[in-house]
Amino acid sequence: MKKALRAFGAFWWDFLVGDTPEFFVAALVVVALAFLLHTHRVVGAIVLPTFVLVVVALSAVRVRRRR
Amino acid sequence: MRTADVVLVLAVFGASLVEMVEALTLVLAAGMTRSWRSALEGTLAALGVLTVLVVLVGIPLIHYVPIDALRVIVGTLLLVLGMSWLRKAWLRGSGLKALHDEDAIFAETVEELKVQPAAQGPRDGVAFALAFKGVFLEGTEVVLIVISLGASSHRLGLAAAAALAAVVLVTIAGIVVSRQLSSVPENLIKTMVGVMLCSFGLFWIGEGAGLHWPGADLAILVLAVVFALATVVATRVLRPTAVAA
Repeated sequence: MKKALRAFGAFWWDFLVGDTPEFFVAALVVVALAFLLHTHRVVGAIVLPTFVLVVVALSAVRVRRRR
Repeated sequence: MRTADVVLVLAVFGASLVEMVEALTLVLAAGMTRSWRSALEGTLAALGVLTVLVVLVGIPLIHYVPIDALRVIVGTLLLVLGMSWLRKAWLRGSGLKALHDEDAIFAETVEELKVQPAAQGPRDGVAFALAFKGVFLEGTEVVLIVISLGASSHRLGLAAAAALAAVVLVTIAGIVVSRQLSSVPENLIKTMVGVMLCSFGLFWIGEGAGLHWPGADLAILVLAVVFALATVVATRVLRPTAVAA
């Protein structure tokens, strides 16, 4: 039972955090921004995808720099 | 069928297709080098467990979790998964990461299986375990996508049907050609799935938070176009520049 729980936890940790913890943090920021901007839907529709693209771009640039 | 349903079917079908192509490579390697019977038993056992997971987790989610909370939670999961797939697509497209090569994986797996001791008896535990592990691990991501997309839009049946269609298609193709499906444009499909997962994730987070997207369901398509265009630009910008000798 303990082993199964540990494996279950490890699966979710690997799935949500893994080697890209920035994406998990970014997704939580997106949730916070969505709640903050829910009355400004046009601003939200611009800010949210832009934020996601910036995070993915920074993460990709980090990989590029390492090579 | 609504726009959101079409995009949902495409996203689930695409994700299932690429994951099942990867699983097929391992099942074929196990069947060809060890035992077809055990490889097929492992495959069926894994598909059975995955189906039970969809029913046990998906149906209660739809019935007992408030829809807005569900959309924020699954949107977050989809976005985390989508950003990861999108980054891999950008890195592969720009040449910073090796493309997924089913031929190389098949050859490597066959070599690993050849050094394993032969089975004692009619059943081959190594073939069963490899096929089960391959289908289960690749299928887990599909199950997450089916449950997330299906539950958040209350279209679990449609999402499961799209995944099942991909499984059937890959199975038939695998039987017909009897080899790994290296000609499937896996990397392109993965890019499209990454784009769709990000679009759906963002859309559901917004809807769950009360941000009603301009254009309603059409916003998913607009988001997909934005992420696709960004992918085209990013793969060019990230491409390493040649250094003059």
